[in-house]
Amino acid sequence: MLGYTIKRLLQMVLVLWAVSVIVFLMMSFTGDPVFMVIPIDSTQAEIDQARRILGLDRSMLAQYGIFIGNLLQGDFGRSYVFGQPAMELILERLPATMEIVVLAVVIAAVVAIPLGVYAGANPGRASSRAIMSGSLLGISLPGFWVGMMLIFLFSVRWHLLPSSGRGDAVEVWGLRLSFLTVDGWRHLILPSVTLSLGTLAILLRITRAGMMEVTRQDYMKFARAKGVSRRGVLYGHGLRNALIPVVTIFGLQLGDLIAFATITETIFAWPGLGKLLIDSIYRADRPVIVVYLMLVALIFVVINFIVDIVYTLIDPRITVK
Amino acid sequence: MMSGFWTSEFFHNWRHNASAIAGSTLLVIFAVIVLAGPLLVAQDPYDVGSLNLLDSYKPPMWLDGGESAFPLGTDGQGRDVLASIFYGTRVSVLIGVSAMVLSCLIGTALGLLAGFYGGWLDSVIMRIADVQLSFPSMLIALFLMSAFGTGIDKVLIALTAVGWVVYARTVRGSTLSEVNKEYVQAARVAGLRDGKIIRRHILPNVLTPVIVVSTVQVGTFILIEASLSFLGVGVPITKPSLGLLIKNGFDVLFSGLWWNSVFPGLFIMALVFGINLVGDFLRDELNPRLK
Repeated sequence: MLGYTIKRLLQMVLVLWAVSVIVFLMMSFTGDPVFMVIPIDSTQAEIDQARRILGLDRSMLAQYGIFIGNLLQGDFGRSYVFGQPAMELILERLPATMEIVVLAVVIAAVVAIPLGVYAGANPGRASSRAIMSGSLLGISLPGFWVGMMLIFLFSVRWHLLPSSGRGDAVEVWGLRLSFLTVDGWRHLILPSVTLSLGTLAILLRITRAGMMEVTRQDYMKFARAKGVSRRGVLYGHGLRNALIPVVTIFGLQLGDLIAFATITETIFAWPGLGKLLIDSIYRADRPVIVVYLMLVALIFVVINFIVDIVYTLIDPRITVK
Repeated sequence: MMSGFWTSEFFHNWRHNASAIAGSTLLVIFAVIVLAGPLLVAQDPYDVGSLNLLDSYKPPMWLDGGESAFPLGTDGQGRDVLASIFYGTRVSVLIGVSAMVLSCLIGTALGLLAGFYGGWLDSVIMRIADVQLSFPSMLIALFLMSAFGTGIDKVLIALTAVGWVVYARTVRGSTLSEVNKEYVQAARVAGLRDGKIIRRHILPNVLTPVIVVSTVQVGTFILIEASLSFLGVGVPITKPSLGLLIKNGFDVLFSGLWWNSVFPGLFIMALVFGINLVGDFLRDELNPRLK
């Protein structure tokens, strides 16, 4: 187990290094950042000087050396637009994104797992078929369009919920959080529901498939014969075993949610990471894009790592080589 | 050959599967829109001469102020929403299908090579695939597009860069299980060149999962392209896809002009839903493990 953990940790470092190379290469092909930092009427000498200060006059390899050196020291540069350290900007926005992502995960799990268990345990019923068609429809929907429709109905038509922004936030240990105020909740609902739909549909399908597999097993029949209630068998014996693939998908989905948050945040003008990223892409604010990418890469490899470890813990049949 | 199809188990199962029939019907309708769309609507939405600003923001025909000439209403330039949708569907489908074909060709070729030769080639291809798979496709495509700028060709490159991995993985897996079977060894003993063994003997045996992946991937690609265009890094405004139409509609949604964004969204939904229904059916039919 220890050997496996160390091997996976080394792999994580390797992946992060690969990402740093790719990020560096992509950034070098996306226009000249010099023009982001100098006034429009600069002379050639000023341009050259700015280039020297940014280290852009050196060879690619030397530039990569500086880039990775700075990354390792935790120096991610300053945003060209805000003049603030890029890392600070990102960390400032992270709680807002985590709020909608976590709430989306909770919504997805609370709705999808019971529905998936029901559809898996009663495959023939019309209601199960309706649930499955509904989930397929959920996968076929463009998420951003659903968000727009929610805005149209709940904000424009019925004036029930706000369409943009984060509302009142409370500061707790230096983090600005919305979910502690009523106004914050009103702002949270629509973006989180929008974000949760895709995950909800996938989670539901995986839970159902797992349940269908599990209900055929002998231990399920045995538990029933022993006198355990149907409900007890489904949730106590069935769901526990059906959940194994759900854990994997959950990990992957968490990554997807962070990615799709970019779109949701753009629609709802939610001041999180995703909106910052899109704004930075429009303004070619390279340092911010780099930190975002590296941070997201880090989050992904850590999630994958945790999923792999959890996997071996919940399913004793899986032995590590 | 044809009579064989009509009496086949495949056709029999299709005929008794309501979702498969519904999905196929949707796809046939969209095929007609893609092939004959411009003939079905009176206006060419991108011919400025045919637009009249006096027609702008007309509601759908069943509402007050609607006209039967514009069944689903018009946008700010007096463009028929239905005509824009038909033209936009062509762009979306064109991108989805072409990107699928490109990913399929590249991914399948790499998967075959990796599975057949193994060794360092296999390691390199699969490690790249691993790294890539640990990121959501949407995010990778978004970054590629932000580096490339807008354009249909660039969207195709970005989607292909994202999509080949699934094929490479699937095909490599199937190739590995085929490569040691007796018929491949027999072909080797018979002195066939590697290229011929791969093309004539292995390829036909690994194609089934590729068909399933391809179907569903067209739908995924259409949705990713729509999201990219919605964010402003997809297709150019001169050739709007369904996603870009929704984005344009979003700008006027707050003034209550809902038909500019609702209808393109419904069309994407129907299109991808149809693809997924058919994909589900194919997966169940072609997967020998489920039989």
